[in-house]
Amino acid sequence: MANLRNTYLGISSPNPFWLASAPPTDKYHNVRRALDAGWGGVVWKTLGSQVKNVSSRYSSVDYNGHRMMGFNNIELISDRPLDLNLKEIAQIVREYPDRAMIVSLMADNNRTAWHELIKKTEDTGAHGIELNFGCPHGMIERGMGAVVGQDPEIAKMVVEWVMEAATIPVITKLTPNVHSVVPTAKAVVAGGTNGLSLINTIQSITGVDLDTFVPNPFVGGQSVYGGYCGPAVKPIALKMLTTLGKNPATNHVPISGIGGISTWRDAVEFMLLGAANVQICTAAMRYGFRIIDDLCSGLSNWMDEKGFATTDEFVGLSIPKITDWEKLDLNFHIVADINQDKCIHCGLCYITCEDTSHQAINLEQGKPYNTYTIKEEECVGCNLCKLVCPVEDCITMVEQRKGDEYLNWIAYQERGLPLNDH
Amino acid sequence: MIHTHRLNEAEYTQNFADIHPPFETHEGASIEANRCLFCYDAPCTKSCPTSIDVPKFIKQIATENIKGAAKTIFDSNIMGAGCSRVCPVEKLCEGACVYNLLHESPIAIARLQRYATAPALENNWQFYSSPSEKSKKVAVVGAGPAGLACAHALAQKGVAVSIFEKEPKGGGLMTYGVAGYKVTPEFCEEEVQWILGVGGIDIQYGVELGKDVQLADLQAQYDAVFLAIGVGVARPLQIEGEALDGVVNAISFIYDIRTKDLAAIPVGDAVAVIGMGMTAIDAATQAKRLGAKKVTMIYRRTENEKPCTDAELDLARLDGCEIIWLAAPHHINGQDGKVTEIVCSEMVLGEPDASGRRSPVDTGHTFTLPVDMVIKATGQLPYRNLLSEVGVQFSNETHDSGSTNLKGVFAGGDCVNGGKEVVDAVQAGKVAAASICDYLFG
Repeated sequence: MANLRNTYLGISSPNPFWLASAPPTDKYHNVRRALDAGWGGVVWKTLGSQVKNVSSRYSSVDYNGHRMMGFNNIELISDRPLDLNLKEIAQIVREYPDRAMIVSLMADNNRTAWHELIKKTEDTGAHGIELNFGCPHGMIERGMGAVVGQDPEIAKMVVEWVMEAATIPVITKLTPNVHSVVPTAKAVVAGGTNGLSLINTIQSITGVDLDTFVPNPFVGGQSVYGGYCGPAVKPIALKMLTTLGKNPATNHVPISGIGGISTWRDAVEFMLLGAANVQICTAAMRYGFRIIDDLCSGLSNWMDEKGFATTDEFVGLSIPKITDWEKLDLNFHIVADINQDKCIHCGLCYITCEDTSHQAINLEQGKPYNTYTIKEEECVGCNLCKLVCPVEDCITMVEQRKGDEYLNWIAYQERGLPLNDH
Repeated sequence: MIHTHRLNEAEYTQNFADIHPPFETHEGASIEANRCLFCYDAPCTKSCPTSIDVPKFIKQIATENIKGAAKTIFDSNIMGAGCSRVCPVEKLCEGACVYNLLHESPIAIARLQRYATAPALENNWQFYSSPSEKSKKVAVVGAGPAGLACAHALAQKGVAVSIFEKEPKGGGLMTYGVAGYKVTPEFCEEEVQWILGVGGIDIQYGVELGKDVQLADLQAQYDAVFLAIGVGVARPLQIEGEALDGVVNAISFIYDIRTKDLAAIPVGDAVAVIGMGMTAIDAATQAKRLGAKKVTMIYRRTENEKPCTDAELDLARLDGCEIIWLAAPHHINGQDGKVTEIVCSEMVLGEPDASGRRSPVDTGHTFTLPVDMVIKATGQLPYRNLLSEVGVQFSNETHDSGSTNLKGVFAGGDCVNGGKEVVDAVQAGKVAAASICDYLFG
């Protein structure tokens, strides 16, 4: 049976699932419940200067009747007294010695403040520090959070201050509110950070109340941009994660993956694209800490099935599969095939192909069930029909190569082969 | 013994309460609406006689556009509210739902349709209107589903419509011939009023064709006439003992339930119901719900040939009705003029008949059931005399377009098709209205 024990920057935890720095990790009560439930570790909610929070704080995006496809918050860093947080962190470290305790920090923007905060944090016995360079709201106005993460020079400077004082591993958390995470990542790696984590939340407005006309979340008739997270952001996070794995300046730095991870499948995807472990928040805020059971059991079963004994054996395996568009094989060609035994005649493949793609599906009228078949000569192999089909394995894409050899766009141009063949 | 007041008021209320409770919250409707795959050229729509765009209205419920959903339904079926309660959806839209092919529950289309249409009646959302200038006059005979659907469509086209209805209320069999737990007479009345809300329709109750008004007069006074007189004459059993006290026909039994206080409806201790159509089920279940101790349904063929749906049969079984297949009434015995027992012939299935169903053949053996009430539900006969006396004849063309052998005289609904669903009658009314408009406006 697979061993889920995970070591990240030398910090060991019984599984690769940490709770991300967020409301679920802001006090003893929650963290104890999380660790009792079985979480591998926590990143304690960001400590820093004293702040005051507003009411309300969260809003979300529902999709086709499902709650919280995306989630948004305007909460600031911890609003509890620093000393109380430190005391509780120390207590957790004592009571749960086998779990990872990382503390998220966001000090005032000067060297002394950072050094003092690091000293106090290390006194708790915590195993690591995560630098919050990513918070997209509230702290920006004070010259902290995403403002630091958006400017590689400032980020590097702060990391250098931190590394002067820190004796435990330092993870720098990156903001996605940039055109690319690579410049800041490179800068903080040059500044000496031990690890990287990403992504923090994405600036957002989740929606507008159609009665009051006030965007969400509602705070006394006004609102502000919030930080977006949850399942909706996962694809964006995966792409940003992969860009670090593809870049020679950052691909050797252990990454803690964050961004919309809700299930063990999501976690495996992050790890295949280079995350050494993962952090989760929204899924826990949606259902409570009990989700850890399936995260562990699903991961373990998948590892057994694939023959992986430890969690580091598959980290980054999918990175080489991402290439440049011009290197894709133009001779690779697939066409859709509809299994008539499985077809339930919903017509979704037909109408999407007919209206929005390549008119490659034939409709034969029936009462009440029409018959749909593929016009292979018209099919470009785009996948759309397969994606909209509600029946698993009803539409499959069958390989029909255009030629035997691997032929990419560069070679295609060099040979002057014809365009617009469809 | 046949008598009234078998139950207390609470029992009557419970027994006749809504059998398919509506979605009470938007969440409930939303969960179901979001299950809908939004099929293209959807089998549900193609299986609806009025072709309601089901995926469209369900999507509109999902986006909380309830007014839009209601209008989508009414655009195809002006009695969409009532049909959501009485349609045998398991053999229509829901029966065709593609989820059936996955062996999953079909979308609860009827409940969603009710969810969308109920507020239209409650809040009197009037989506349609009649132009104030009227260029033509049409008489509609019968205020049932066909007559109302036809009148509603004509009114929108600037036709002044006069409806003549023999009963004191509109709605036809919807009002007078459906089980109370499906739809209440009060609801039917509201629906009729809402339909009349389009304007331009005058309705006269208590006026019967051939008695209070003559077709020739209508032909003379109006630019066209639409006959939607339904069926109503119960088919006789033509067996000995049919005239005994305690032998009633299902149509009048249900009519009484619809028009009188439930406690005042007499019902026997042991009731035999002859037939296995929807009306037979409605009669049997309601006899049981009125307090009959034992109800036995008798049908001359087997379950495979039954005209009612599986869902309806389940309803009867759940109500505790007993069912005897392959039995036909032979004669009814009585004492002092009152029913005491029914003697039935045992049947077997023979060759298929014109309908393709295997026809029952008498074995010569009989059995006897002690009963004190017999309800005949073996179908209804059209008002043939009423029509033939004035020279109206139906043809295939009448089925397709509503036109008859008489110029300017149209017909549709049960009187033409011999008695089908409410939704079929609505469609016939729509089709006839289009034909009448072609006739009037060319």
